[in-house]
Amino acid sequence: MRYLPLTDGDRREMLAAIGVGSVDDLFVDVPREARRDGPVDLPEHLGEMEVERAFAAMAARNLSTADVPSFLGAGAYGHHVPAAVDHLIQRGEFLTSYTPYQPEVSQGTLAYLFEFQTQVALITGMEVANASLYDGATACAEAVTMAARITKRKKVVLSGGLHPHYREVTETMTRFLGIEMAAAGPDWRGGEDLASGVDDGTACVVVQNPAFFGHLTDFAPLAEACHAAGALLVVVVTEVVSLGAVRPPGEMGADIVAVEGQSLGNALNFGGPTVGVLAARQKHLRQMPGRLVGETTDVDGRRGFVLTLSTREQHIRREKATSNICTNAGLCALAFTIHLTLLGEVGFARLAALNHAGAVRLADRLAGIDGIDVVNDTFFNEFTIRLPKPAVAVVDALADRKILGGVPVARLIPGRAELEHLLLVAVTEASTEAHIDALTEALREVL
Amino acid sequence: MADVDATLTGNRGLALEEAVIFEQDSPGLSGVDLPQPVPGNDRLGGLGRSGAIGLPGLSEPQVVRHYLRLSRMNYGIDSGLYPLGSCTMKYNPRLNERLARLPGLGGLHPLQPISTVQGALELMDACAHWLKVLTGLPGITMAPAAGAHGELVGLMTIRAALEARGDARKRVLVPESAHGTNPASAHACGYAVESIAANVRGRVDVGALKAKLDADVAAIMLTNPNTCGLFENDIIEIADAVHDAGAFFYCDGANFNAIVGRVRPGDLGIDCMHLNLHKTFSTPHGGGGPGSGPVVLSAPLVPYAPLPMVERRGDGFALVEHAGDSSAHPLGRVKGFHGQFGMMVRALAYMMSLGSDGLRQVAEDAVLNANYLLARLKDTLSLPFEGPCMHEVLFDDSFLKDTGVTTLDFAKAMIDEGFHPMTMYFPLVVHGALLMEPTETESKATLDQFIETVKGLAERARAGDARHFKDAPRLTPRRRLDETAAARNPVLVWRPPPPQAAE
Amino acid sequence: MGIVRYTKEHEWIRVEDGVGVVGITKYAQEQLGDIVYVELPEVGAGMTKGAEAAVVESVKAASEIYAPVGGEVTEVNQNLADNPGTVNTDAMGEGWFFKMRIADTDEVDRLMDGVAYQEYVESLS
Ligand SMILES: Cc1ncc(COP(=O)(O)O)c(C=O)c1O
Repeated sequence: MRYLPLTDGDRREMLAAIGVGSVDDLFVDVPREARRDGPVDLPEHLGEMEVERAFAAMAARNLSTADVPSFLGAGAYGHHVPAAVDHLIQRGEFLTSYTPYQPEVSQGTLAYLFEFQTQVALITGMEVANASLYDGATACAEAVTMAARITKRKKVVLSGGLHPHYREVTETMTRFLGIEMAAAGPDWRGGEDLASGVDDGTACVVVQNPAFFGHLTDFAPLAEACHAAGALLVVVVTEVVSLGAVRPPGEMGADIVAVEGQSLGNALNFGGPTVGVLAARQKHLRQMPGRLVGETTDVDGRRGFVLTLSTREQHIRREKATSNICTNAGLCALAFTIHLTLLGEVGFARLAALNHAGAVRLADRLAGIDGIDVVNDTFFNEFTIRLPKPAVAVVDALADRKILGGVPVARLIPGRAELEHLLLVAVTEASTEAHIDALTEALREVL
Repeated sequence: MADVDATLTGNRGLALEEAVIFEQDSPGLSGVDLPQPVPGNDRLGGLGRSGAIGLPGLSEPQVVRHYLRLSRMNYGIDSGLYPLGSCTMKYNPRLNERLARLPGLGGLHPLQPISTVQGALELMDACAHWLKVLTGLPGITMAPAAGAHGELVGLMTIRAALEARGDARKRVLVPESAHGTNPASAHACGYAVESIAANVRGRVDVGALKAKLDADVAAIMLTNPNTCGLFENDIIEIADAVHDAGAFFYCDGANFNAIVGRVRPGDLGIDCMHLNLHKTFSTPHGGGGPGSGPVVLSAPLVPYAPLPMVERRGDGFALVEHAGDSSAHPLGRVKGFHGQFGMMVRALAYMMSLGSDGLRQVAEDAVLNANYLLARLKDTLSLPFEGPCMHEVLFDDSFLKDTGVTTLDFAKAMIDEGFHPMTMYFPLVVHGALLMEPTETESKATLDQFIETVKGLAERARAGDARHFKDAPRLTPRRRLDETAAARNPVLVWRPPPPQAAE
Repeated sequence: MGIVRYTKEHEWIRVEDGVGVVGITKYAQEQLGDIVYVELPEVGAGMTKGAEAAVVESVKAASEIYAPVGGEVTEVNQNLADNPGTVNTDAMGEGWFFKMRIADTDEVDRLMDGVAYQEYVESLS
């Protein structure tokens, strides 16, 4: 068995050194009735080729976004990841290291996390960022509990433009904490009024930019209304590339920003793993969840990095910690930061501009098809269209033509007649003119 | 060995210094060539970004060199022995990485039509099947993103099941040796945490436990094998007592590597247990994550498991994404999309590679390696609890008494010898803990070298050479770092240096 | 200088003109090591004896500080925000945490005096 270096000779010698006759003697503390003498009912070991074949067969039963035109978004985006990213994250020293608890042998991880935190703070327009959380949806839930701790309040208002998974995760994760959640109905037309729901018991209002349905909003007035009531504004960003083109939440007065970072450096992976991250104001630092890396010096006076402010975390504070999180999304954060370093100032802005321009082109094309309405006035790289038929049926018909045509709103918010005809369509730099032609052609056919 | 003279660059041969990216900025450079967008009307509604972000510009070769140099300042399992107790730092097979990157797996969008992802759902179902058989429990949720997330999801499932029977309970019992995530998760589930003492054998004090069990206890959270590396021999008695009190038995499965393929937690009376795929099932830790923490469930908990769920329907697979589509009472969603699919790919590849026979061998070799360390080091170090141990062995710092050397100093000296240190100061139940988990993927030769090194260092400490330890490590890219200064004045983002005043 | 009394949790309280000044003892700061942060109560907060009043943190540990007696917080030591190390260098003086109006001076009398506290600390090692 290729992963096991002990030989039978080694095992015998080691048992002798321990002073037992067989390995069974090492399991004596297991109650007799729970000891299994034979293997469990599963197949025996396989060579690399056999395993590869089995996975290739499963992969072949899927339609990959890599092979066909895809306009899928709704919180996960198919961007092109430069070759260098995937090469570098597979360096054994990155891939196979643990959390950097021993800073002297982890300066690589600590340095890139420091750079990651800085990049996130810059693109969100915030003062500090943590070293990652699981994903955008759990980051949103963490932002809410953080706001409740800071304000010592229990009421939370969720925008109808928030991604339905983020709303559901936030509701589930806070379900037993006595937090009172007021979730607005789906705001597919944009322009909902949230400010009037804010009062002196409100911990925070959670909005998303661009919204789930694609709209862009200037949240500065809402931020003001929140602050006047002593509440915080949490802004969720599910498409991080938008920050290359759109005014960042920090400039709109956000107090906490919860970001899904998958779009930078990370493959779609059927939705996970991705990388969540939280950015905040310096004054709320001690209420932040998750790891933080800080700069310091070593005994020889050279700059170095360490995990810091760990008294917020579970391994020290136990039930009084700001979160139970331990393992985070380190390697996905590495992919994110390498991709953003490759892009740089110019490349990030251009990537965002390309995404937007492609979406504008597609929106204009679709608006020209009989029976299709483009719902949004504003959007970044994703927008909502209204079809003359239920969107699920249309998407299935497109899939039959090997086109992944978008995400029906009803997939995420079922059972609402007014949403049944709505389809989310996303464009990235990976969408070609030929893809756009194929989609418009196919839509004409299936409608 | 004479100290090497200082170099002009700060580099030392293959040990290369590296500035942060913000200090390597060539404005205008980019490492990605993208076409110029065709100018047109924008639809940003006046919300376009104004002003520069402040990201540095670098070319691709500069970027590759930057991260390569950083990687070389890290120690990984690929570098050498990483005996970090409780973390199961085993070899991460490269086949897993290749398979996770197949376009038909890594390139799947989570919201494609279900008909276009049948292979992915089959894979999730297969991974779930292996984990259920290995644990002997009937249900599983694949949604949680890591062990701690699994703990919280498991507890929420328990709470939902209890509340559904109109039985709101308020407390969760957690042994004092538990990992910090256990009490933190119980708190995040709205429970009060009550600590249970350990006995002199490093196990839960069953008497103390029974005394605390009453109709207000929702669950006990026990780690088994526990964080001292010991199997809880009284576990079946504990399970019976917990069930008699109407509570559920949560097991922290972080240490499953010790028993995989040999003992099924379902046979021990466990109701709910998370599995860290990034420990027992070889998915890489990646410098902190990502992980994956599926939770196996006993029959009474299955209806309350969170969304989504993969279900076999006819000869295909369905994905239950909404409570309305389920006959049960699902908890709701705990993470975006469907869990850490990429980690399930890797874990399944690992399980299929080893098979039922190989996984059993994994547990045996892991336990053998740990007991070998125990046997050969017990006369040098101090052992708080008698063996046999399971997959990890716990020592305390009494062997360092009056040497002036602390557990931390000792660990730092091991770094200079080319080993990653063991886990220190955890669990909290012994003083100055040193918790060593070699895993099954270490050879006897590596263990022998490690043993001789530990013995040599212990001798040096007892010989009064505290200086050697206080100054360690000497041979790393950075020596001991000032964590106090970092915490007193947190610098968490890079800032440009203030402009130099003109002379 | 008024009288100084001690608790088993290693807080001290010095009573000056009916106002109690509270801090942690030299022994406590030694046990904690370099102090990096002190979370202070709000001025005006009322607390009963034994209530959680503040948190003191080193790099690897956090400890709660309990009110040695009941009363109301009248002032906190703002200097600790920027210079938490003062607790290490002058635990019994400049490193005080907060001042409080004492509700019941009998509670002070029931605490340990310097000699009793010294004996208590010696019994711990
Ligand atoms: C015993 C134990 N429980 C729980 C956890 C938490 O798991 P994770 O880091 O995957 O969240 C760990 C690992 O760090 C652990 O060692």
